Amino acid sequence: MKKVRNLQDLETLRKSILQEKYSEKPCIIISEKSTCCYLSGSKEVVEGFKDGLKNFDLENQIDIKSTGCLGFCEIEPIVILEPKGIVYQKVKKEDILEIITETILNDIIIDRLLYVDPVKGKKCKTEENMPFYKKQRRFVLGNNRFIDPLVIDDYIAINGYKALATVLEKINPEKVINVIKQSGLRGRGGGGFPTGRKWEYARKAEGDPKYVICNADEGDPGAYMDRSLLEGNPHSVIEGMIIGAYAIGSHEGYVYVRNEYPLAVKHLENAIKQAEEYGFLGKNIMGSGFEFNIEISRGGGAFVCGESTALMASLEGKPGEPRAKYVHTVEKGLWNKPTNLNNVETWANVPLIINRGADWYSKIGTSSSKGTKIFSLVGKINNTGLVEVPMGIKLREIIYDIGGGIPDGKKFKAVQTGGPSGGCIPESLIDLPVDYEKLSEAGSMMGSGGMIVMDEDTCMVDVAKYFVNFLREESCGKCVPCREGLERMGEILTDITEGKATNQDLELLEDLGGVIKDTALCALGGTASNPVLSTIQYFKEEYKDHIEHKKCPAGVCKALITFTIDENKCTGCGMCIKQCPQDAISGEKKKPHKIDQDKCIKCGACYGTCKFNAIKRK
Amino acid sequence: MEITLNGVNVQVEDNWSILDAAKFYGVNIPTLCYHEGLSPYGACRLCVVEIGKGDRTKLVASCLHPVKEGLNIRTHSERVIKARKMLVELLVARCPQSKILQDIAASMGIQKVRFKPKNDDCILCGLCIRMCEEQMDAKAIGFVSRGVKKRITTPFDIKSDKCRTCGACIWICPACQLRCQGPEADTVLCSSCLNFSPSCLDLYEDAMCYMDPCVACLEDKKIKKENEKKLKSRRKNK
Repeated sequence: MKKVRNLQDLETLRKSILQEKYSEKPCIIISEKSTCCYLSGSKEVVEGFKDGLKNFDLENQIDIKSTGCLGFCEIEPIVILEPKGIVYQKVKKEDILEIITETILNDIIIDRLLYVDPVKGKKCKTEENMPFYKKQRRFVLGNNRFIDPLVIDDYIAINGYKALATVLEKINPEKVINVIKQSGLRGRGGGGFPTGRKWEYARKAEGDPKYVICNADEGDPGAYMDRSLLEGNPHSVIEGMIIGAYAIGSHEGYVYVRNEYPLAVKHLENAIKQAEEYGFLGKNIMGSGFEFNIEISRGGGAFVCGESTALMASLEGKPGEPRAKYVHTVEKGLWNKPTNLNNVETWANVPLIINRGADWYSKIGTSSSKGTKIFSLVGKINNTGLVEVPMGIKLREIIYDIGGGIPDGKKFKAVQTGGPSGGCIPESLIDLPVDYEKLSEAGSMMGSGGMIVMDEDTCMVDVAKYFVNFLREESCGKCVPCREGLERMGEILTDITEGKATNQDLELLEDLGGVIKDTALCALGGTASNPVLSTIQYFKEEYKDHIEHKKCPAGVCKALITFTIDENKCTGCGMCIKQCPQDAISGEKKKPHKIDQDKCIKCGACYGTCKFNAIKRK
Repeated sequence: MEITLNGVNVQVEDNWSILDAAKFYGVNIPTLCYHEGLSPYGACRLCVVEIGKGDRTKLVASCLHPVKEGLNIRTHSERVIKARKMLVELLVARCPQSKILQDIAASMGIQKVRFKPKNDDCILCGLCIRMCEEQMDAKAIGFVSRGVKKRITTPFDIKSDKCRTCGACIWICPACQLRCQGPEADTVLCSSCLNFSPSCLDLYEDAMCYMDPCVACLEDKKIKKENEKKLKSRRKNK
């Protein structure tokens, strides 16, 4: 393959790609190449379309493009029919013949495959009509739609590697750093440290060699934006890294990615190989004399290895334990050399800023937080998926306008942002603008961008217990407050959910949370008490109900609830008797049944199966 | 280089840690996982001190934090003592049989442990591992697993060829070297060596005194009386 030597070369290449591949031909875009799509059966759909087009002799007239995650994971696999942009949701193998004969050949839209907006009940034909996409500004994630992640030409066709070529040809490293500084980009991995300043420190730090690391050890339960970026658009991350390395003066880079992300690893490996073939990586990149190589290192699945110092220890082959950062990693990082570590999303923002300018970028967002942020909107929400929104957007807009609200007409209770060590934000703060400062003022954090929505059936004590137990397992165990403190917190929370705790225990829990926050060695421990402290702050009544009245208002904590049958409503259908695994329910046919409380294990099977609302949970 | 240590401006060497400076000037900071002959580890967090001014203060591990020009350090502020007491409480609850821990608890005036005792043998300070690696050049033991499951052992839990049974690990261990026979099942805290005296923090908001053992104010009869009065009124108010 001919190597690209300069900006001119790249432009010629781009034009030839566009001519060769992107004629006016209609195209079927299918979200296939991401973990979430595969799980929804996208592979079958792609195969089905290939066979279908062949059967109709259309394979030369219509292209099929298999892309990464398109963000709207709720309705995958998604099929978009270009040029009209008709979107079909949850397409199955059986639907393919119909799509080809009706829509592709005869322009008839198949109603049942259209997406229905859960709020207004309206059917949406194209992406523009979907409320999910309306308020989003998909500068980073949006490109997934145009790219087959295994084909570098697709990325070049949408101006990929143009930022790199421009930087290498026209901008010196100091100026690159200045552009990033002016843009106001801050670390997307959670800390929110200004990226430009980090680069500047790394450039000025003494030591050779310098390293560049991409942190792709995304471990938050319910967060997967980094995975989707790596799977769907790996070149944008690679391009960002090369630009960063050029600015800092580094020639070696690592991507530390979880081993649980095999598809991301595969796409990344492929992308690095292709980038090397075109001369975007390796020696003498694009004729500039600059050399940079990227190696992939796979993490063993420890959550704590997402912490920068633990990640570096793990890269060095040591146990993934954080160390104190009183001397910053930009001065002494990997192998005690100056190291610049940024998150996947941060790197993916870099080419965008170079291409469109710092001024353009800094106009998006709030005074202190610039640009867009990808959130993974999950939990009790209608439109589950990845959303990219400008900083400063209100939580309400994300949850109701984009997310489509809470399913089954339930009431919104809280939203947990920032992953397991974030805090829970209550309904009273739902108009909070989302940026780094506002979230931490509310006792939560930006984190890597997980957003778990909870409805009225969620017990906040139980939520706090879940996250504390997660962090207890994932703590590296090095420092006392995190290792011992989290375990004790877990014990107290368990006592509360079992109705065994006193008000003193609640005080102790708060004190302990404060001390852990104050004294823990790394960011994991330092933020680990957030879920507990924020739920105590906003939902103290619920804690009091558990402690003083031995009641769980949400009906979640098993030790504090009982299931009874309302004799007036029970029709004696016997469904609950069939479901009960403990044979705790007895009663004659067509007469009210009864639950034997001694046998009942409170699994809730009867509650779920009763069609007459006769089973009461208190 | 000049720093402010508990309100006093003092000269320090560039390559010192805060703990080095405190030791040099006779300020007693409790430590557990620190040893002069070994590299600092920063795991026990007992040596935390408060740095910074005004609202922007934070706690840092003094064994690891280097001194910097103009650094304002408070080794015994209310926030520090509160944190240290909680940490000791956590450690004693894990390992009530350690005499060193019991002594630290007593010297801090801890009168109650609010956590269930675990009766573990090891506080995972890692001193033995660093001793074995750095001084004995053996690397026979190390940490295994993480979080609550973390423990110290030889590779694969079998007798290691690298171990020369020199006993250095046992010598340096703060948990198993001296056993406390005192604690009873229901109290956790040992009362036999306990020297019950009100800690300075009960009397002053921000104790800046770091005499160890505490002597001056309690020995002076006049001050003693005044302090008792203060203490009484304070308890009443509470």
